[in-house]
Amino acid sequence: MKTSTQLHIVSGKGGTGKTSVAAALAMSLATAGTRVLLCEVEGRQGFSQLFETEPLPYEERLIAKSEEGGEVYALAIDPEAALLEYLQMYYRLGRVGKALDRFGIIDFATTIAPGVRDVLLTGKIYEAARRRIGGDTSPFVYDAVVIDAPPTGRITRFLGVSDDVAGLVKVGPIKNQSDSIMTMMRAEQTRVHLVTLLEEMPVQETLDGAAELERAGIHVGAFVLNLVRKPLLSEASKVLLESGELSEDVVAGVLTQEKLPESAAAGLLAEGAAHLERQALQNEQHAVLEQSGHRLVTLPMIPGGVDIAALAELAPYLKEIV
Amino acid sequence: MAASGSAPKRVAAKTTRQPSATHAPTALEVDELLADAGTSIVVVCGSGGVGKTTTAASLALRAAEQGRKVCVLTIDPARRLAQSLGLVELDNTPRPVVGIDTSAGGSLDAMMLDMKSTFDEVVIAHASKEKSAEILSNPFYVALSSSFAGTQEYMAMEKLGQLHAEGAWDLIIVDTPPSRSALDFLDAPERLSALLDGRFIKLLLAPAKGPARLLSTGFGVVTSALNKVLGSQVLTDMQTFIAAFDTLFGGFRERARQTFALLQDDRTAFLVIATAEPAAMREASYFVERLAADQMPLAGLVVNRVHDSRLVPISVVQAQAASGRLADGNSYEQAVGELLDVHARRLRVAERENRLRERFSAAHVEVPVVAIPALAGDVHDLEGLRLVGNSLANQG
Repeated sequence: MKTSTQLHIVSGKGGTGKTSVAAALAMSLATAGTRVLLCEVEGRQGFSQLFETEPLPYEERLIAKSEEGGEVYALAIDPEAALLEYLQMYYRLGRVGKALDRFGIIDFATTIAPGVRDVLLTGKIYEAARRRIGGDTSPFVYDAVVIDAPPTGRITRFLGVSDDVAGLVKVGPIKNQSDSIMTMMRAEQTRVHLVTLLEEMPVQETLDGAAELERAGIHVGAFVLNLVRKPLLSEASKVLLESGELSEDVVAGVLTQEKLPESAAAGLLAEGAAHLERQALQNEQHAVLEQSGHRLVTLPMIPGGVDIAALAELAPYLKEIV
Repeated sequence: MAASGSAPKRVAAKTTRQPSATHAPTALEVDELLADAGTSIVVVCGSGGVGKTTTAASLALRAAEQGRKVCVLTIDPARRLAQSLGLVELDNTPRPVVGIDTSAGGSLDAMMLDMKSTFDEVVIAHASKEKSAEILSNPFYVALSSSFAGTQEYMAMEKLGQLHAEGAWDLIIVDTPPSRSALDFLDAPERLSALLDGRFIKLLLAPAKGPARLLSTGFGVVTSALNKVLGSQVLTDMQTFIAAFDTLFGGFRERARQTFALLQDDRTAFLVIATAEPAAMREASYFVERLAADQMPLAGLVVNRVHDSRLVPISVVQAQAASGRLADGNSYEQAVGELLDVHARRLRVAERENRLRERFSAAHVEVPVVAIPALAGDVHDLEGLRLVGNSLANQG
């Protein structure tokens, strides 16, 4: 029997759009009658900006309803609050929490004590992913949990599957906790999806990240190719442009016929050539990713940036992930 | 009213501006900045993925080819970019870059930061042989030096301080780490020293240092809670680490203070990099405000990868209408129609970018700005860096 619900961890190089992809994925998972939890862990309040709500507290809040009628809840996991909650929940140390805070220990534990911060963040995810409506055989509270996770460079460490914490905390409850978290992260129902742009550096980082995750025994889900520009020039036009057959004079002629300034011809050709070059680069990187054998999910560039309407537009593309 | 010689000029410029004009920003003069012998450090910062490393490398190459002795400190360069600078290994030492034009008498060295060895070097330099061996093998130190979220930022600043003190270069250009937030690297030294200097640490140290009566009863409750949660081994490791590290605390705090002062110095110039996207521009705004609050000298904003369509005097509406008419034409007409689609898309992107840039300049009138046109391909050789350098200096 499964001990945790479907867990989707969204990572990728910085600047590739992890937050938007995580939000769109949550929307796509929220089919009729289901409940999805969307978590952020870096204190950035990315979801409240995206969904145009007040800053999220450390509390699960209904943030959106999907078009199909599912519910998306959001939670900004804060390590300090998670630590206090943890102490209260497992040790009934509510009052000690205050003393800990007074001595600066909460600050110490959540910022400097290596690995502890991550265990607190993933510990909360662990709790939410295992939470059930009632007894041990009742359904999970959330049909899926989606995490807007730290970037690829830190993801393996964040998931607690590196030896960092294990090396520091050799015995005791934190050690047990981190072992259980590790088991959940490696479970069949847990997937790490990597968001990338079709550019050299993010693609390289995606391949490196996937290899590292797999070495650590984590299931890599899809590579999400974000902000992909669709080609505007047909194959035939491409040939005309590249062979030079579509000369400046020819373009100028068509422009004149359309009562447009013929002086624009050179500029248009240059813009077309740049478009082809970018497209070729995109194709090149796409081929590199294809060779990796991972599932690829392509998201189109949404003109005007991502807002609530755009999330609904992107959500259907992410159905393939599930 | 104007006290200095340059002030009247500015006032005059203002009065000639049309009342309806948008907030046109001052142009950022990159060549002046690089040529100024008074500029000895340029810090390139901004949020992740905006092209900081490429910008830092381009500035460094340009300054070197214009005759300055430059060192560029990069944090996490793309593989091919690193190769183009001759950075094949991460050995924490600046190495000369081959293939640059030295006719103006300049030079360029480049290095990639190795955070852990930088930290190790600091420990070795400031602790006794025995102590440093103890520190280097402590699990808390190992994790702190290789994974603490602020360590990379802190070590970048540490390395900058070292390179500056060496005095072998007259211009050092620093790339900043790809942090969650661009602000992290300013906060890191403060955070690290605040933590190392914290009350908790003092209390943890107390048993190792002095009589137990220093401990309040409250602290007893706390240590027993920690033992319960973490296990006693952790607390012992922590105490050992902190006791061993204690001798270094003063040094760390002092160095953090010096680095901060170095950053505030007039010879330092900050360049904030952004792309014309909402998140990156928002981050750039925060950063500009933060630099001002900390009295750090801001040289200006570089808006990277902007789309410019001024060369083609056709509007979106015109382009779309014509493209619709041409769709059924012969192959030439179809091709021109598609070129007009490409143009229309580019124009819409450019309009969005312009709005964001205008909004930034309206809020930060005093910040000089330079925009760099989007390149079709990636930059991964010296020639590519030169082209970016030309754009930075508005010579593209």
